[in-house]
Amino acid sequence: MSAEKVSSQYPELYADAETICAGQSVAWLQTLREQAVAQFAEQGFPSLRDEEWRYTNVAAIEKKRFSPVSHADIGAVELASLEQYLLADTWAVVLVDGHFSAALSKLDGLPESVTVTNMAGALESQADLVEQYFAQAVNTTEQGFSAFNAAWFSDGVFIHLPAKEVLAKTIQIVHVVTQAEFMANTRHIIALEQSAEAKIVESFIGCDEAYCTAAVNEVFLAKNADLTLYKLQLEGVKAYHFGGTYVKQARDSRFTHHNFAFGALLARSDVHTDLQQAAECDLNGLSLAEKRQHIDNHTRINHLEPHATSRELYKSVLNHRARVVFQGRVLVAEQAQKTDSDMHNHNLLLSDDAEADAKPQLEIYADDVKCAHGVTVGQLDEQAIFYLQSRCVDVATAKNMLTFAFANEMVERIKLKPLHDQVLAQLLQHFPQAGVEQDWL
Amino acid sequence: MLSIENLHVSVGDKPILNGVNLQINAGEVHAIMGPNGAGKSTLSHVLSGKAGYTVTEGKVIYKGQDLLEMAPEMRAREGVFLAFQYPVEIPGVSNIYLLKAALNAMRKHQGLQEVDAMDFLVLVKDKIKLLEMDEKFLYRSVNEGFSGGEKKRNEILQAAVLEPSMCILDETDSGLDIDALKVVAAGVNSLRAEDRSFLMITHYQRLLDYIKPDIVHVLADGRIAKTGGPELALELEAKGYNWITEQVA
Repeated sequence: MSAEKVSSQYPELYADAETICAGQSVAWLQTLREQAVAQFAEQGFPSLRDEEWRYTNVAAIEKKRFSPVSHADIGAVELASLEQYLLADTWAVVLVDGHFSAALSKLDGLPESVTVTNMAGALESQADLVEQYFAQAVNTTEQGFSAFNAAWFSDGVFIHLPAKEVLAKTIQIVHVVTQAEFMANTRHIIALEQSAEAKIVESFIGCDEAYCTAAVNEVFLAKNADLTLYKLQLEGVKAYHFGGTYVKQARDSRFTHHNFAFGALLARSDVHTDLQQAAECDLNGLSLAEKRQHIDNHTRINHLEPHATSRELYKSVLNHRARVVFQGRVLVAEQAQKTDSDMHNHNLLLSDDAEADAKPQLEIYADDVKCAHGVTVGQLDEQAIFYLQSRCVDVATAKNMLTFAFANEMVERIKLKPLHDQVLAQLLQHFPQAGVEQDWL
Repeated sequence: MLSIENLHVSVGDKPILNGVNLQINAGEVHAIMGPNGAGKSTLSHVLSGKAGYTVTEGKVIYKGQDLLEMAPEMRAREGVFLAFQYPVEIPGVSNIYLLKAALNAMRKHQGLQEVDAMDFLVLVKDKIKLLEMDEKFLYRSVNEGFSGGEKKRNEILQAAVLEPSMCILDETDSGLDIDALKVVAAGVNSLRAEDRSFLMITHYQRLLDYIKPDIVHVLADGRIAKTGGPELALELEAKGYNWITEQVA
């Protein structure tokens, strides 16, 4: 972190933004927001001098003026336009330009003990419960975006499952941004009490103009809780996306994350998890980047106690002048004996001008652990292309088959069939080369 | 079927084949034997269109067409099949998908109707019995995690599905134990037909005990040094290659 004084236009731009922010009557939150504003004024957005941001330049954000949006100014969204993203038979929360849309959301039939509501609502009706979790998984000093988010988030989603509650249906959160220069700044809390289980799908979509999404998730898994969280980053082609998911995993809990990054001009995703005894995490990622897209994935897995297991596989396919960054950090604390960790990152370059920066980092302070990692950056296998040609397949189709097979491994890991089919359709649509046929499957 | 005339091939500046002449008629089974480095694999690679080889002289006529002018996939669609010495593993592409894609690409090229999934399944299950393979191999990724014997069986399965006119078998016996060799050989023998020719490339005579060739050639120093009947293979097995390479020199 630089000691230099950072000057950002955003504190001024957001000077009157408090009226658009959730929880204005909640004293503890106001205190926290004031701290975050001060923190951000000091810190600004991250710069290339910051080790965690050395491959991703976010200076463009300061060149633009991504403005706060009041609830009165949010764009009109037709339900029909969301249909291709909505899964059948789910509870759905739709956020338009950072604000909850009751009209587009569908929350009827939730079990009475379960809370799925917008953050502004939760801060009115159960502020004490929210306070138990708020800023406990990530604090405002983590990085510029977490300070920015805490200072001026407009709304978000609060999900709470009591002990042993196993949700029958999937919860879906859809973010839509409708206009140029809009900033959608949202914050979620997902808290599962002991032995509760849930599946959540979070999708990000938006218009074709330049806008910005900043989204922070705090996830709390109590003992033996089980959460599968799917993230579909399908932002518009000129969009900036900053998304962080910060997880606290208690003993024996399980967290499975699927991170599909197909959209945005510049996208950064952070997934951090703290593992207590015998907790398990499984982090999966697939990035498809073309033209001048820049996709940066950061993961941090902290093995804090013994017997925890972490599995991680991130893949990317790059075409044209696209750039993908992967920084995966695994920390094994001194007392975290019998840690079992496995981290892999594979990058497929389809063009000479594409660039992949991969940086696995292992910090191991315990001595009885199993920690594996592997990184590859490469092109399509010429031998495999020739083999397919010798089996009557033309070169273009052979390349498509191999590229598709590489990416599809991550799609095949989706256990929800309707979501699997939706992501598969997205994969085929975003596919860097033409001529892929459904017939392959 | 296949006529190789005065074929010269280099890799970089290094000449590997120095004037190979070979005439294979429909229905014939030819074996090419030879010491290591004689250019056997180069010949199979050049015939199938692998990149990295420069033809400096000569030509190859297949069914009246200039084979060397054709892209590898066009050769395959016209019925030239190479069973690889080292079949390539292709993670994420299932065996059955590749088989179907290959057959339909070939049929489309030949102006025939593509085979639908149901008909294809019937067809492939019939062929797979021939190679004594479990049906589960159809749904595994191409060659991924296959044993040496399984890979070679899979090559012959592909040939059985594609029913090529000209089969080139590159060191098909390498890496096979005797039981696997018998199965693979039985598969090849079942494919023998009046309108189908074979070119078997092998270092050892062992394969030829199970697949009887009509004609045996010895490739040495980049050209055909000797041609004879099946008895030539036995002579080579007994005497080695030196007496021939010395004759060439």
